[in-house]
This record gives sequence, C-alpha cells and structure tokens, in this order.
Amino acid sequence: MKEITYRDAIREAIQEEMERDETVFIMGEDVGVYGNIFGITKGFIEKFGKERVRDTPLSETAILGCAVGAAMTGLRPIAEIMYVDFTGVCFDQIINQAAKMRFMSGGKIKVPLVIRTNGMGAGFQAAAQHSQCLEALFMHIPGIKVVLPSTPYDAKGLLKTSIRDDDPVIYLEHKLLYFTKGLIPEEEYTIPLGIADIKRIGDDITVIATQAMIHKVLKVAETFAKKGIEIEVIDPRTLYPLDVRTILDSVKKTGKVLIVTEECKFGGSGAEIAAIIAEKAFNHLKAPIGRIGAPNIPVPFSPPLEEFYIPSERKIEETIQNILKHSN
Amino acid sequence: MVSLIPKKLLLKMYTTMLRIRSFETKVAELFAEGKIPGLYHLSIGQEAIPAGACLALEKGDYLVSHHRGHGHMIGVGLQMSKMFAELFGRETGYNRGRGGSMHLADFDRNILGANGIVGAGIAIANGSGLSAKLRKTKQITICFFGDGASQEGSFHEGLNLAAIWKLPVIFLCENNQYAFSYPSRLGCPVGVATRAMAYGIPGMKVDGNDPVAVYGVVKKAANRARKGEGPTLIEAITYRWRGHWEGDPDQHEEIYRPRQEINEWLKKDPILRFREKLLRLGILTETIDKRIKKNIETEVEKSVKWAESSPYPDPKEMDKDVFATMRVILE
Repeated sequence: MKEITYRDAIREAIQEEMERDETVFIMGEDVGVYGNIFGITKGFIEKFGKERVRDTPLSETAILGCAVGAAMTGLRPIAEIMYVDFTGVCFDQIINQAAKMRFMSGGKIKVPLVIRTNGMGAGFQAAAQHSQCLEALFMHIPGIKVVLPSTPYDAKGLLKTSIRDDDPVIYLEHKLLYFTKGLIPEEEYTIPLGIADIKRIGDDITVIATQAMIHKVLKVAETFAKKGIEIEVIDPRTLYPLDVRTILDSVKKTGKVLIVTEECKFGGSGAEIAAIIAEKAFNHLKAPIGRIGAPNIPVPFSPPLEEFYIPSERKIEETIQNILKHSN
Repeated sequence: MVSLIPKKLLLKMYTTMLRIRSFETKVAELFAEGKIPGLYHLSIGQEAIPAGACLALEKGDYLVSHHRGHGHMIGVGLQMSKMFAELFGRETGYNRGRGGSMHLADFDRNILGANGIVGAGIAIANGSGLSAKLRKTKQITICFFGDGASQEGSFHEGLNLAAIWKLPVIFLCENNQYAFSYPSRLGCPVGVATRAMAYGIPGMKVDGNDPVAVYGVVKKAANRARKGEGPTLIEAITYRWRGHWEGDPDQHEEIYRPRQEINEWLKKDPILRFREKLLRLGILTETIDKRIKKNIETEVEKSVKWAESSPYPDPKEMDKDVFATMRVILE
C-alpha cells in the first residue's frame, strides 16, 4: 500500500488508462499546458503529446459535443468541465445527447465517455456559481452513470472503471477532497460501478453519506463509538447505478437511518435514497428516516454564511442522537 | 459543371431527389391519415441538397443530420423500408422503434443520426472529425443543419473549434428561409456563409435547389477536409414547401410565410428544374423518367406494406438499450 492524495489518485487513474489504451484521450479547458487547475494533468502533454491531451477554447458545448461524437466513433474521451456549475452551459450535450444516444439508436451504439468535473462542493468561499453539488440533476437523467468518490482509493478505482466503461459516466470530483490522503494498493485495481462501500460497520444506526460528508460522518462515528454506539457508515460511491441492496441490508439490520449529503436537501439524491428505504424497508424502520443537506439557498460567499450552510458535524451528531432516542 | 459529371451520377441525383420527395409525400399522407405517430419535419422542396451533397461523399464518411433529416438518410442510401418501419414504431426500424423520425441513424454506415435538438449535431460532428483525425483515417464528416441552428451557441463554438483544430468536417447549412416561423433574414442578416470569415475558414454560398451546384461545392470542401486543410462552411439556399412540422397551421393559412413568396419558390422546384435540364441534355428521356417514377412508386408501396406488417417492439425489452453494460430495472 502507499499513501496518496485524492488528486494524485485521479491523476494515476487517467495516466494508467492512457498508457493502457491509446483510444483514451483527454480534452478540456487548461488541461494541457497548464496541467489542470488542480494540477491533475501536469506533465501529461510531455508524456502523451498534444493530440491526446487537448487544450480547448472556453466552449463547454463544443468540448462535450466533440467528446460525444468521438465516443460514438471509436475513441474513449475524457472530457473535463472545470467546475460542475459550468455544466449549466452545456447541459444539452449531457442530458439529451450523451445520455440518450444509445437508447435512441435502439441499442446499436456505445458512448464510452467520461465527463469529469473538478469543482463539486462548497467550503472554498467560491460562492454560488463555483460551489454547488449537482449530483441529483445527473442521476435524474436515464442513460448516464453518476460517480462521486470520497477517498483516494475510491477515486482511482472508480475512475479507471469509468474510463473502461462502455457507457457515459459523469465523474464528480469534490474540490475539498483533492488534498486529503489515503492508502491505495501499489498494484493495479479497479472498483465496479454500483457497489457501495461500508466505510464503518455498526449495528445501532445506518448513516448513508457521500463525498465530503463521509469524512464528517466518520469523525462523528468515532465520538459515538466512545459512548458504545456503533454507527454503520455507507458510501454509495455511485448514485447511478445505486447499490440498493447494501443500503437496505444495513437498514434492516439497524432499523434507524440518516442520510447526509452536501447538496441542497430539497429534491436531492438523499430524497431518492430515503424514498427507496421507505418503499422497500418500511417495516424494518424503528424511527423516521433522517435527512441532512444544505438549505434550499444558493451557496453563499461570506465565510460565516458558508459555514452555516454546509452540513456540520454538530448537526450530524445532534440528528443521530435524536434518531437514537426512538426506542428499539 | 454538368458536363463534368458522369451521366450515371446525374441520373442518380435525379432519382435520389424523386425518392426523397416520394418518401416525404408518403409520410405526409400517412401522418394525415393517422397511420404513423410522432412529429414530422419534411424536406419537400429541399431535395437537391442531400441529393447533391451525399453523392459527393465516400464510403465510410460520417454524416450528422438534424430533425428534418429524411432526405439525408435516403441520400446516403438507407432503405426506405426500414425508415418507414421506424416511423411506424416497429422493431424492424433502423432504431428498433426507440427513436422515430428525429433520431433516424444507421451506425453500420457511419450515419450518426438525425437529432431533435437544433444545433446539437454541429458539436457532435467535430467528434467524429477528431476521431478520424486521431485514428489517422481519411474519413470526413458532413454535418447538415438549418439556418435556425446557425443562431445557436453550438454553431459558434463548434465552428470555432473545428477551425482551430482543422477538423475534417463540412458544415452544410440548409437555409430554407425559416427557423420555424422566424425568418432567416432577421435571424442572420449577414448571411450564414459570411460568418465563416469570423472563424477563418472558407464560406461558400450555393443554390440549394441545384443538385449539381451542391455536389460541386461539397466535393471541393471534401477534398480540402481530406487533405487535412480543415473545415468549410457551406450555405445552400433553398425553401421549405411544407410547414415547420406536419400540423403547422401555416401550411393552410398565411401566418408567417406570404403566399406570394411560397408561390415564387414553387416555381423553382428543384426536381422540375433538374428534369428539364436533363431532358434538354438528352440524359433523361420521357420513357426513362416514367420508368424511374414507376420504380419509386413500387418501392414506396412495398416499403410501407413491409413496415406496417412488421412487429412492434416488446416493451419488456426496453431495459436492455439504455446502457451497453447493464439492464435498467423495470418495475
């Protein structure tokens, strides 16, 4: 095993896949000479050349359209959209083109495309147009897989699988996680899409969380452990396909559940997960399903506002305590 | 120009135009009778463009079309029977009944499909262009779009990127004068071809009701693309005879197109014009003309019959077509 940052895990995944398969190439704003705003593709031009590491003009629609066309004709593009917020200017290519091409063709073509975005999440005082968590928008569209890793191990394994996958994948990177560290194997590995990871085993309550929230939940779980309360922490890792079985198995075991996501709670991915639990495991529930997310407000700029906005460890702790009050 | 083109090819152009018109006329009829479901955008009056452009392509070239795309499909040789089957929503259709008129495609022939979103294909065409370039093949991509699409952001982003990367793509704007109800003269007062200048690529304006003229400019643009010299923007001037879609009230009452204007364009019927020319040159005779038309009539009839008697797709099979790697859960 070796210790690596989330950022470098992503870099290793792209690099290894570009070495392995020459149909893989990367395109996007500032991915070439500059090497990506977080340094993910630094040195790639020297290694793979300008044909496979393509700097583009500021034209998100052209980037994604080009990637869709290339994916339909034998290549495996990785298209980078700098911040997830910028998908707003090229949404058509995601929701009407990439996602639907295969179905509309009657299942006759493949669209092996990865759309990576750097900028999920708040906590950087980047304000309302550079801080959103938009996973729910994508998981609502049939035909696209939604991947959102929380650790370096998951980031690398899931990205390698996404690049090899024959379907369009949107791979959402959380900007606050880039410099977090974790252990990964020295040797090659991949992680299948649609398999949740149980980040911590416990019997008292199930907490389902994604990306930056996973780390907050794990910290809270430590404090509860000291009190003899064991929290099971589940990271779905991919929202589509969603590993419903792992979630339901855990809920059936604990009977209590909290869902923590950084996105706006209203209409979020947590709402779908909660609905599935209510639908399929209602009789196992010993308490109402808890849900934590951001308020239905654009991400604010000023540090105290932003701090209030992002779900906090304290809020997670209090909510868990309230759920635990319900008797078994 | 006509004298430079083999007689056989001229007759093929003529036949293609007639086949497109017969197909479209039949679609209008079937739709009016309530026999085919869906939304239809017909290209009657615009047949010279696909007839000229598609015959200037090589086997293996990519084609990107748009919502008014039946003509392109016939132009590159898709079978009417499977096209009709798609319109009838049958399993035997090109898209197995999943797509319909606005998504006709034939990936076996590198026909990447029509598209229901105006202008989206312009961005996608760069992808097949880049793909051919990176794979070092000589394939080019032809991308058809309307004057309406030239007002979309994807047009500007797409042409700019194609120009910067010298992609082997021909952007062919079929300016049929109206983006639904909005006149091209208002939407693009400088003319679509003029915009090529802004991207530093050649822009050519051509009579879109003359298949030979269209063939000529597309051939030239194709040569340029194949030599690695980059994209070309072509604006072919034509006119849509029908409404924007079958059901557009402008078809029957004057809403946005002056009747006088329609009548002027009807006089420029690309098929009649070409027929006269071929007769005059002795390439076509009345006997051959009759025979061609009779054959097409039979082809259309047989195709419709086959399509109509084809089975519907099984709803339980839909779960297989969303993803290549997994089935979707049907509840």
